Amino acid sequence: MAVLRTLLYLIVYPGLLFLFIYSTFCEWFDRKVYARLQNRMGPTHTGRFGLLQPIADFFKLMAKEDVVPEAADKRLFSLLPIIGLAVVSTAGLLLPVWNFDLATPGMTSFSGDIIVILYLLSLPTLVLFLAAWSSTNIFSTIGGSRVLTMLFGYEVPLFLSVLSPAILANSWRLAEIAAFYQKRPLLILPNLLGFVIAVIAVQAKLERTPFDIPHAETEIVGGTFTEYSGKKLALFRLMTDIELVVSSGLVAAVFLGGFPGGAVLGFVNLVVKTLFVIFLLALLRALTSRIRIDQVVTFAWKYMAPLAVLQLLVVILLKGFLK
Amino acid sequence: MKFQIPIGPQHPALKEPISLRMTVEGEVIRDVDIRLGYNHRGLEKLAEERSFIQNIYLTERICGICSHSHTTCFVQGVEKLMELAPPRRGMYIRYLVSELERVHSHLLWLGVAGHEAGFDSFFMYTWRDREVVMDLLELISGNRVHYAMNTVGGVRRDLDEGQKAKILEGIAVLRKRSEYYFKIGANEPSFVARIAGVGLLTKEQAVSLCAVGPTARASSITRDVRKEDPYAVYDEMDFEVGTADSCDVLGRVVVRVKELLESYKIIEQIVRKLPEGPIVVKAPRKAKPNEVVSRYEAPRGENIHYIKSNGSEKPERLKVRAPTLANYPATIEMLRNGFIADIPLIFAAIDPCICCAERTVTLVNYRSGEETTVRLSDLRRRAAERQKNAPPKRNAVWPF
Repeated sequence: MAVLRTLLYLIVYPGLLFLFIYSTFCEWFDRKVYARLQNRMGPTHTGRFGLLQPIADFFKLMAKEDVVPEAADKRLFSLLPIIGLAVVSTAGLLLPVWNFDLATPGMTSFSGDIIVILYLLSLPTLVLFLAAWSSTNIFSTIGGSRVLTMLFGYEVPLFLSVLSPAILANSWRLAEIAAFYQKRPLLILPNLLGFVIAVIAVQAKLERTPFDIPHAETEIVGGTFTEYSGKKLALFRLMTDIELVVSSGLVAAVFLGGFPGGAVLGFVNLVVKTLFVIFLLALLRALTSRIRIDQVVTFAWKYMAPLAVLQLLVVILLKGFLK
Repeated sequence: MKFQIPIGPQHPALKEPISLRMTVEGEVIRDVDIRLGYNHRGLEKLAEERSFIQNIYLTERICGICSHSHTTCFVQGVEKLMELAPPRRGMYIRYLVSELERVHSHLLWLGVAGHEAGFDSFFMYTWRDREVVMDLLELISGNRVHYAMNTVGGVRRDLDEGQKAKILEGIAVLRKRSEYYFKIGANEPSFVARIAGVGLLTKEQAVSLCAVGPTARASSITRDVRKEDPYAVYDEMDFEVGTADSCDVLGRVVVRVKELLESYKIIEQIVRKLPEGPIVVKAPRKAKPNEVVSRYEAPRGENIHYIKSNGSEKPERLKVRAPTLANYPATIEMLRNGFIADIPLIFAAIDPCICCAERTVTLVNYRSGEETTVRLSDLRRRAAERQKNAPPKRNAVWPF
């Protein structure tokens, strides 16, 4: 039974199948919200309300011609999309939904999984950098260097802000952190600042406007993805979608009290809370313009990092006070 | 480490082919080389083989955005050559279309600026509202792009009361929206952070590099042909020349929005004051031998047509100096020492119309990089030779 449960967990929910379907749905949701905010319709044609559009895009890209540049490191170039997809899907398994026991840590929920999930969510950045570097295109190279430069900006604020609720909950385990805030919902409020910082940092991690600098099309064409086409590009796009789901899931698990209530209610919780975070991300995307790479680093270190430290300080003081 | 990045001839930031070769150090631009000639169509030569009337429709096709500017500039010159005085009502309608065109061009540019800065919401909104003025232009002329309103001696279509009311209605909507864009363009923090202090062009530089239009006006030079050398109806209109003193892309945004608001003022005055009478006078086919320079304030800056007639029904020479060409030297200065991220913004800020400014072709040998200029007859000879040496063409054979 446990084996079957784990297999289901790996393949169906919240494994590959669910992640694929749900991430395409999230892409649709994001596109639709973004479009409506811009006075457009967004996808309407494929499926009801255009729901199947991201899936159609995926399969269409899969069928397109796949060009590998002559000068590229061919093995690395072809392998990276798969590695990236594997990494984010693995991170998805660590979200505290359904298959965990609060009392006994298992494969998918253990002490320190918050660190592992943060680590797994950092890897796609490295994958993108390597992808850009291995394609040897001049625009990709600039894009790759921008990916890494941005990483230095947003990573520290993201870590600090995500870890502060963990400190208050006195646990490094996502399920326990979520359970802590479910019991004391009012304690979510002191973490509001951290939540805002985390949402902005996640936006930067996902390279969406105002942080879409590594693939700013009017500056450096496709940036990181300039040389990618066909299947590989499809996998990269899927990777970004899944990363969107997992990172918004992480933010929801840490700041919004997780996904309580077993398989069914937990599923509803997951959908509602991640969509809420994605809505905020889409709002941010529609309301801002792309900023420059030096402005990202300045913004991150001048405002986000100090505020994240302040959040940490508040949490530590609050913890002493609660005792 | 210095390296060259090619922006264009094909690049997402460019709507038309032009090649900007940037020598960059990291993210900083050290040197710029602009290469033209990807969109050369031999318009000036073509104009010499057509009559004055036919040339109106040719000059209209110099550019899609400022089509009316080129025809008006040309027609003004031809009327001077033929010593014609178009009727007042015709003039009013001609410059009404001019101002409406300026409105649609500036709204389009605002959207492009937003898009280049990655601010797509701004882009979508301005382009939605641009539809209002496009509809007005269609209402007046029947066309959205090439209005074909001008003819030698006046305009081709009259305005009725219903159209006048519709224009005033549309302008009221646009004025409200433009004020809102002014607020956004000058206040949205991430947008302003991107455009303030970018692409600096001091007043002295702007003067010495002969910048024109909004580019010059953003460097606090009050240069506007409509005010300095008021042609046709502009001396009867009450309007200001919008300037800014920040000398950067933000200034160019501000100048364009100010000009939008001034244009609404002019349009309302024209519609209200529209005199009665005929809209066109009959024009002769031929012009006496003479030459004329016609100046016109296009949305992008000063447009100059030089026309020389020789007594026949065709011009002997037509020279077009589009505003974009005048702004290229200033663009190079603005781009130098900027960031890669600012290239599209700075380049878009002059509102480049590349096909307007294409007057020559340089042939580049793609192996050696050697550049040559050749005569048309030489090109023909080369083409004929190539034809001769080419393998004989076979007709397609039915496979079965």
